[in-house]
Parts: sequence; C-alpha cells; structure tokens
Amino acid sequence: MRPFAYVRAADVAGAVQAVADEPGARFLGGGTNLVDLMRAGIEEPATLIDITRLPLTEVEELPDGGLRVGALVRNSGLAAHPLIRSRYPMVSQALLSGASPQLRNMATVGGNLLQRTRCLYFYDTAAACSKRDPGTGCDATGGFNRNHAVFGAEAGGCVATHPSDLCVALAACDAVVEVESVRGTRRVPLGELHLLPGATPHVETALAPDELITAVELPAAPMLARSRYRKVRDRSSYAFALVSVAAALDVRDGRVADVRLALGGVAAKPWRAVRAESALKGEEATAEAFQRAAEAELAEATPLPHNSFKIDLARRTVVATLGRLLADGGAR
Amino acid sequence: MTETLVPTTTAPHVGRPIDRVDGPAKTTGSATFAAEFPFPGLAHASLVHAEVGRARITAIDTAQAEAVTGVITVLTHLNAPTLRPAPKFSVLDLSTIVSGTAVNYLNTDQVHWNGQPVAVVVAETYESARHAARLVGLTYEELPATVDFAAAESSAKPQKSNPMMGGGGAKGDAEAALAQAPVTVDQRYTTPELSHNALEPHATIAAWDGDKLTVYESSQSLPFMRRHLAKRLDLPEDAIRLVAPFVGGGFGGKGNVWAGTILAVLAARAAGRPVRLSLTREAVYRTVGGRTRSTQRVALGAEPGGALAAIIHTSVTRTSAVGGFPEAVTNASGHLYAAPNILLKQHVVEMDLLPNAPMRAPGEAIGTFALESAVDELAAELGLDPIDVRLRNDTDRDPLSGTPFSHRRLREAFALGAERFGWSARTPQPGSMREGRWLVGYGVAAAYHPIMMLAANLTVRLAADGTVIVRCGFHEMGMGGATVQAQIAADALGVPFEAVRVDYGDTDLPTGPMAGGSMQTASVAASLLEACAKIKTSLLALARRSGSPLRGSRADAVEARDGGLYLVGHPDQGESYASILSRAGRSHVEVSIGSDGLGSKLKFMTRFIRDQRRWVRAASGAQFCEVRVDADTGEIRLARWLGAFDIGRVANLKTATSQMRGGIVMGMGMALSEETLVDPRHGRIVNPGLAEYHIPVHADVPPIDVHFLDDPDPTMPLGLLGAGEVSITGVAAAVANAVYHATGRRVRDLPITLDKLL
Repeated sequence: MRPFAYVRAADVAGAVQAVADEPGARFLGGGTNLVDLMRAGIEEPATLIDITRLPLTEVEELPDGGLRVGALVRNSGLAAHPLIRSRYPMVSQALLSGASPQLRNMATVGGNLLQRTRCLYFYDTAAACSKRDPGTGCDATGGFNRNHAVFGAEAGGCVATHPSDLCVALAACDAVVEVESVRGTRRVPLGELHLLPGATPHVETALAPDELITAVELPAAPMLARSRYRKVRDRSSYAFALVSVAAALDVRDGRVADVRLALGGVAAKPWRAVRAESALKGEEATAEAFQRAAEAELAEATPLPHNSFKIDLARRTVVATLGRLLADGGAR
Repeated sequence: MTETLVPTTTAPHVGRPIDRVDGPAKTTGSATFAAEFPFPGLAHASLVHAEVGRARITAIDTAQAEAVTGVITVLTHLNAPTLRPAPKFSVLDLSTIVSGTAVNYLNTDQVHWNGQPVAVVVAETYESARHAARLVGLTYEELPATVDFAAAESSAKPQKSNPMMGGGGAKGDAEAALAQAPVTVDQRYTTPELSHNALEPHATIAAWDGDKLTVYESSQSLPFMRRHLAKRLDLPEDAIRLVAPFVGGGFGGKGNVWAGTILAVLAARAAGRPVRLSLTREAVYRTVGGRTRSTQRVALGAEPGGALAAIIHTSVTRTSAVGGFPEAVTNASGHLYAAPNILLKQHVVEMDLLPNAPMRAPGEAIGTFALESAVDELAAELGLDPIDVRLRNDTDRDPLSGTPFSHRRLREAFALGAERFGWSARTPQPGSMREGRWLVGYGVAAAYHPIMMLAANLTVRLAADGTVIVRCGFHEMGMGGATVQAQIAADALGVPFEAVRVDYGDTDLPTGPMAGGSMQTASVAASLLEACAKIKTSLLALARRSGSPLRGSRADAVEARDGGLYLVGHPDQGESYASILSRAGRSHVEVSIGSDGLGSKLKFMTRFIRDQRRWVRAASGAQFCEVRVDADTGEIRLARWLGAFDIGRVANLKTATSQMRGGIVMGMGMALSEETLVDPRHGRIVNPGLAEYHIPVHADVPPIDVHFLDDPDPTMPLGLLGAGEVSITGVAAAVANAVYHATGRRVRDLPITLDKLL
C-alpha cells in the first residue's frame, strides 16, 4: 500500500480538527474494511487518524427506552449487549450474521455504516468503475453482476450494493446517526445517510469528508423486541448477503398494527421497504397479505442479466420472515 | 554404546491410528515453511501482473517504482537475466510434466494471459516491493485473444493421450445401442473453472552462491522442479538444491513450476541477494493454474432391469496456448460399469488464459460429477434404487479393456456405506422427506481413482543402537507421508516406531517420487520394503561370518522383531541388531535402492507398462450424503456425510481418515460454492480472493464419517493403494443427487447455488 502518515487522536474535537486540517486524511476505526482497501490500492489516504482511543465505546440507555450506541462499540460487543438482544434482536442477529468472529471483534459500529461495496469490479483496479475512479464507467453491468442491485440504479449507472447487514437492521429501526465536525454536531436519519448512485456513485453518503460518526441512536419502539434478521447467502457463514430481510411485526386482533421491513443486498443503500409496509398496515396478517406486500415492493425492481433471481428470492424471504414472526406470535 | 531404545513391543504399526510425527511442530508453530527460512540480507520481491489479455508490451515505465525508498531493482523483459525455454512434455522424461507454462518470464514482450507477471520489484521490505509494484507503468498493444470458453468450445479438437493420461476409448457401437435402448438418459453437464487455495500460498526463497543455487520452495515435486530449473538456467542438476521440509497443502497446485519460483530465482540472481517471493492470494489466482472448465455429455442406455447397454461420455475442457494439462475427464466412465458398448471422447480447446493444472483428482473429480449424476437420473427413469443400478452393472473385469482389476471392492463399499448411513430410511420419491422448512434429500455416488506408481530412490540405515534412518526426497504436504513410512520401516525391521527417523523434502536426499496422483506413499513403500529386506540380508551375511546363533539360517526362516533377527517359530533363537553389529565390528548397516541412471529408469518403465497390461488398479468407494434445502430460499446445507472407501490396506487410520475428510470437504466446495469467475470479455479473473471465491467454511461442513474396507490389494506393496484423490471423486454428484431427491430439481451445472433451485 501507499505509505501514509499515522496520527492518533486524543479526543473527538482533536480528531475532527485533524481531518479538517488535512483533506486527504481518513479516520481509522477497526480497519477491517479500510485497511483491506488500502492493501488493494483502492483507498490511498495520505493520513490515517486513529480514533480507536476516543471515548465512544458505551451503549447508553436513553430516558425513553431507546439506546445510544457509541461509534466505537465493536460489532461483537453490540451483538452481545443484553439491551440490544432484548429490545432490538434483529440488530444483534444482523451483526452476528456478518463477517467472522475475528472481524466482529475489530469492526466498529461507526465503521460498519461506511463499509464500501463488494462489487468485484470495484475491487479490481484494472476494471472500469465510476465508484472507484469517477467517470470511468462500469464493468459490472456487462460483466458478472449476480450479486448486484435490483433497486435504485439508473440505466448505465453504478449497480453496486451496500454490503452491511447492520445497516439493514438499523434502517428498519429508524436509527439516527450522530455526526460531529468542526462545524458542530448534527443528526442524520439512517435512511438518509446512504445515497443512491445517480451520476455520482463515488459519493456514497450524506456526510462531508470531515465529518465523524460519533454515535447511533436507536429510538424506543416496543414492537422491535419482536424482530428478526434473515440473511440469505451462498454459504453458511462469512459471505455477503444475496438478499437479507430485517423485519418487525406488530399484530393485533389478527391485523397488522405496525410493520418494519428493510432489505439488504438489493441496492446501494439499505432498502427500507416502504411500499410493502404501507401495503401491509391494517391488513389481515396472512401469508397472502405478506405475499402481496412483497410484490408491491418488488414491482419496481429492475434486474440485471445475472441477478433476476434476487427478485424472487427477496419476495420469498420477506414472506418467510414475516411468516416466522407471525408463527412465533410476533416474538422472535 | 548404550542401548537407549530397547524395544518393548513388536505389535505391527502399519494400520494403527498413530499421531503424525510432524503434528507437534505444526501445532506449536515451530515447523518452518518455505517463506520462513531466515537469511541475512534477504530481499523481498513482488509481482507486477498484466491487466490485459493477449498483448505485446510496447513500453514499460519503471522510474516511479525505482524511486520508492528501499527498492533494489525492477526487473522487466528489458533487463532480466536470461532464461531458457521451458521443456516440452515427453514420456521419456517425466520431469517435463512440471512445466506449468511455456512462458519465458521476463525474457519476452509477449503477454499470454490477463494476469501474467510482466515485471518484478525487489526491495528491502515486502511493503516497499508491493507499493512499488503498483507504480510500474505498462503500455500494451492488445492482440486478438480467445478467452470466452462458451464461444471457443465449438472449435475444440480431439485430445491426445499418453500413458499417464488416458484419452478416451471405445467398445462396440455405443450410439447405436443408445438409440435402441428402452430406457435412456442423455444430458449435458457443466463445471466451472476452479482455483487452488492451499492454506499456504506458494512461496520461494532463492539464494545463489556463485553458480550454485538453493531454493526453499513450497513444492510437491522437488526432483522434477530441480531438473526443470537446471534446464531453464542452463546449470547442472547438482548445482541446484531444493528444500521443502513442510508444505502447507498442495493438491496438485504445487507440482508445477509457476512464475513465482522462476522469478524469485531470476530476482535473486539480478539483485545479488537472497530473495523471498511469497505470493499474495491474488497472485496465486493469477499465476497458478487451477481446474479447467468443462462441458460434458453423458448418455446412458439401459434395459428395464437396469443392465446398461451403452455408456457415452464426452468432454470439452480447455488448456492454454502456453501450456496446460489435458484432463482425462471420461476416465472413470470406462472403468466403473459393465456395458457392452462404451464410447469415451475427450476434446480440448486452447485458450489465451493461464494454463490449467492438476487439481485433486483431475479428470475424475469433474468426470464423476457427470457420470454419477447421469446414473442417478437413469435410476429415477428406471424406478430403481440408485445403488441397485450401480451394483447391477458391477464387474470384476475392466469394462473398456477387459483387463482384470487387481482388486475390486465397489460392491462391498456400497454395502458398508448403505448400512452405516442408513440408506434404507430413504423414501424414493423426490420431495418426500421433510423436516419443518427443510426439504431433506439423500444422495449417493461412486468414487473412483486410478492407481499408479513412480520410482523412489532411498537409503535405509540401521544402527547398532536400534535406530533407523530412512532417507528419501519425498514430500510432506500434510498427508502424513513421513509418519506412514516410519510405521512401515518399524514393522519391516522390528523396531519401535520412535526408533525410526524419516528424512524427506530435500533434493540432497535420494530422489523421491513427486507427490501426485495419490502415488507417493505406495511408491516410497515399495522401495522401503525392498531396502528393509536388503538390510536383513546384509545382517544375515554379517551373522554368518561372525559366529552368531543365526549362522546358517536362510533369510526366509528369519524374521525381524524386538530389535533383532530371530528364527521364525523359535522366539529365543536369534540375536539383537546390537549384538550382530558389535560382533561384526560395525556401527551400522546401510543399503540404498534405485538410482537416477538410465538402467533404473528403464526398469521402472518396463514394470510400469507391464503392470498396466496385467491389471487395472484403482481406489474406489461410495459417497453418501444428506442435504437440506430451505423450502423458501433454496439454501442448501449438508447435514451429514459418509464415505466408504477401498484404498487397499490402510497404512494409518488417523492420517488416512483426515485425508479423505479433506478431499470430501474440497468436493463440497466444488459441489456448492466454488467458481473462478473468468470475465469472458478479457479473460481476467474477477474474484481472486477468499472473500468472493467461496470455499466451504466450518459451518458448511457437517460431520464426516469415513469408513475403510481395509482390504489389501494383492498387487501393491503391503497392499496399499492410494488415498489422496479418490475422496473428492463422486462428491459433487452425491450432492446433486441428494438435492434432486430433496427437491425434484436436477442441477447439471456446478456449483449448485440456490438461484438454480428457485
């Protein structure tokens, strides 16, 4: 990898000041994605600002029952946290479905939000990729695109997917991301954090280059205690999702009082299935209704040559996951 | 001299599940692998790969790379030391099979495949070398290239055969018999390119001392590699020493000389320093050949009772314009089932891609997927149990040639496997076994792998203290070779296992066989047994002259046990080795078997050809598995595996079982997830790493139950067949057959991923 300077930040103010002072700098958390990308020659930061000593490692309970998760909480720690397991089980399940124990012990919550795609052509510096090198085009569209997007891509544009499992669950939780920079603190809803590619696939989030994620807030929502994350992939572990589903279901008197549904592996961002949700609310909680809701969401999916199966798979996985929640009495 | 090793038992060691001798060193980290030998002044090399397919290099800009701190030199075709052409394959010199490619690395401006090394950076540190390698600028003139297998397939040509690799065959009129058969299956099966992923990526340390060269190399064919390097470098063979005490898995991928080895040697020469070139995982994908893609047709015609009337198996695979290994894909189809009409044809297409190479049971691994899937399809057509169809067509003579098998226990393997697996619980109707959301399927397939032997030179030395040293330049890649040979020597000489030391992994030792084709253990054992018999004769000769109680005894009346020689049936009549040797005034006795001379080679080739005419030898077995398919998502999970194998006598139950498990796991990857994605637009591998090339993870591997018939082959040393490769054969078919049984869906295209079931 290209030689780089290394700075260890002592506090949040120092970290955001350091990155503001040096535009080529990047924050280093667990390094499980960034360092790999540096080895592959895809990321070449001039400076790494190590933030792992910052005091962002706590999971705090908020007065209303929500949780505030420090950006440096490790994936393994968050997955095992009793309040996450009891109030947001799909968050714990999503974390445990990702990577390997070694990686989860290193990876941070904040870093997870900023993971970059696993598109084969993004990873190959010999390939055309506008996400990696703006304006160079896309080798995936005419190449191997079995694990690419079915939502949110423009014709001829970038078709990469966002690889995070955690983000799919967070999208279904209506999580809010707390961000800090020299300009102060702001809050970004998770659903607005990731951007669809449009003409600028290299711009992946709504964050400015000098902004640091300091926390993720999970709003209180009792229905999320009955939630589930289902990941479908090519092997039992250590593989990215072909399709994943984060779902929570609140059924009262046989009708869907509330539902949360998000899909992973289908778009450049965690895909909150708002059409399916609105199609389901107030309906009888039946397999047929789940099916109709899934179809409502997937009606606008656009397959590539190798990934049309994802539409069928997403429909089946949504129906099966909601069915499991229903069968479990809405409980996990 | 004190006798420190008094034997306490003479119980035979062969067959027992003895812990491998290299186990503690490997588990504690003290085993030294090729990249780990310390050298003062060691420099580090990194490869620059071409990013286009067939092309000519028109310019190379190395200025930026050379400016990186710590860079010693950047080697290109403009400044690299001279290399002679790679030897072409010749049956008269088997070392020629290790020419991985014909490319004259850094001696040519030609690029033959996307990923070919076109420059090497040598630097003080690995990090500097890698960074600088990215800064080498290349300009190419791109040339027309054949990189799309699907498009090139139709131009495939008949494959040439040689004594090591069969090229098909015919008996009767199979097409006519197929046309007349009342029940038929005629299908197309396809398998993808696969890449080698040994735990230890290929690594080389090359150190020159004047015109003498020492190479630490992760190799499974040291003597062949030495001869290859001698030819390339125009050096006498004895000027080169290759050392590989431990190899972290080979599977065929470390049998050939690939770019890394040659470039480390050139880099060390150019830099005037010892150089380490340890391939990145990506570099293994781009420079080490893997398994060819294949398209196969299997057509079976049968009588309603299941008797086969016709077997047709044809294949198209690919090699490369710059080398490659034509796979004998249809081989097993000539040996497994009796049929009056058989037609086996193999075609091959040359492509502008990295040459393919042997990869665990080349030929049979993919050939049995097609054949054994088709047999299962036939059983479904016939409404018969798939095991019954196989047994109905079992035979004790080779179906294609009529030659007798040296040993055939396929029927027994199926019987043992079916009983232990609980095959009778299977309900025949597809989709008829279900547990909750899981569709359950049982699958079965035959395993088959031919057995051959290579020459092995070795020496055995027996000392007066009862210790034995066996010296033979064979290879330890994790299969337990050194352990097994120590067991054999201990039994043959009647000494404790711990008294035997086996030296291997070094070309300074007598020339061993390559570790390939599951041939190494039996090949070394044959020479070792011969050596031990000679030791006995030598000792008796000493005894005759020295007034020993054994004086006058014939060799066949004497047995080696309890650290000495004793009359058979007279346990107290005899003498310890210590006593024989001390009476004769000797500290030891040593014998040597084989030589590198022409006479020795001729003797070997004569026996090789004679054996092939007399017997068809093979390891075989039956693979059983249970799969579960998620009814909603099509996810396939293996629930359990059982293999029942005939590998002749089992030399070491523990290491043999491990080896079979390893082959089965590799077969699981082939069945369900492994695929090298070669972009048909430019021939570039786009998933060169373990994140996107899916080998099985632990969670994918169910409990694997391995059983052996443990029945010695009467024509092989100690009755040993080979254990390495048979275990992967049949695996993919057993999975495909189980998936069919679970779902009613027949997948004829590997890997069987969930999208093929939706």
